[in-house]
Parts: sequence; structure tokens; C-alpha cells
Amino acid sequence: MTPKSFLFVNRKAPQGSAHAAEMLDAALIAASFDQHVHLAFLDDGVFQLVGGQRPELLGQRDLGTAFSELGEYDIDHIWVERDSLSERGLSEADLTIPVTLVDRAALAALMARIDVVISA
Amino acid sequence: MNGPLHIVNATPYASGALESCLAHLSEGAALLLIEDGVYAALADGNFAERLAEGIRGHALYALAPDLAARGLATRRLIDGLRVIDYPDFVQLAAEHSTAQSWF
Repeated sequence: MTPKSFLFVNRKAPQGSAHAAEMLDAALIAASFDQHVHLAFLDDGVFQLVGGQRPELLGQRDLGTAFSELGEYDIDHIWVERDSLSERGLSEADLTIPVTLVDRAALAALMARIDVVISA
Repeated sequence: MNGPLHIVNATPYASGALESCLAHLSEGAALLLIEDGVYAALADGNFAERLAEGIRGHALYALAPDLAARGLATRRLIDGLRVIDYPDFVQLAAEHSTAQSWF
């Protein structure tokens, strides 16, 4: 079967709900089935990638470890919306993994050319 | 007895809870940011100015474990913010007339 391109659109902060963890799991599963996986982080989703998080203080899962291992799943298309970062007083230096910064128009174009979009 | 203790647990970017709370602060009221509400305290964020303006004349608190869990403990936070722990939270609730959640 020909692989499809998948885009996981992350718009939620990491701790307030299970959205971030569920999306990450779904992305890893898609990648393990040899699909072409893209991750996009926009709006409050950019908070997922902020360095120095200690979710164990709240008894929650540390997504940072999984994010740092995305390369092992051949997930290397990680897009972060520049405007979402700057609106929140953050910059690329605040993020825990290497990403590609894009503007809204570029992300819109990506959303338009992808086979499967999953958003939360 | 102090006025109400308002407790906000949602980010100001995804929710109108904090905005509405700020519009309902009465004399002697205090504001406590918890859970995702602590993201509002980022000094360089777009909401910082609105929060600074809205909280003038009121006490502003944020819960330390929620800041630390989100990687914000070492980042620049809004001026005048008092970072508190769980026992302080209990104390605050006891010192205010009511505790009101915005989510």
C-alpha cells in the first residue's frame, strides 16, 4: 500500500487535557506503519515543546522524552507557527527540539496538500 | 475578611475565562492562576499587558508546581506576581470570603 502523508495539528497546551499525549501516540503509531508523518504546533500547542517542563510534579507523563525521540520514528517534519510563539512571549530558543518555524500562510498551504489531517 | 478569591485555570489564548474574570474583580478581590492559567503570567506574552492592567490594585498569585510542570518557573513572569505553594493556596482560600473558579 502506498504510504500517505499525515499531518497532526496540535493546538492544546500539554498538561490541561489528554489531547497532547493522545496526539503524540497517534503520530507515533502512524509513523510505525511507515506513513509520512508531519507534526504542526500552533496556538497553545506550542507550549508542548517548551523546555524545562516537569510534568512529574503533577503525576503526568513527560512528553518531552517522546518528542526528543521522534527522529527514531523517522518523524522529522516538525512545523511550529512563528506567530503563535511570539504571541506567547516565546522564541525558538525556548523549544526543546529542533523545529522548522513557518508562518500561517505556509501552514495553511501544508494543510491543503496533505492526505490525512488529524487535529486536536 | 478579604473579598473573593478568583481562580483561573485556562490559558488566556484559548479561553475567555481570564478576560471575564478580570472584568469582575471587586475591591479586595484576589486572582490566583492555576493549571493552564499560569501561562497568562509569561511577561513577554501578548496577554501580559492586559493582565497587568486588569490586576492593578489586586493581589495576583500563581501556583508554583503548575509553573514548574510547564517549564515556566525559570522564565520571566509578570511583575508583582506572587508564586505560592499548595499550603498557601489553602491559606488564601481561608482568608477570602469566597473562592470562585473560572474555567
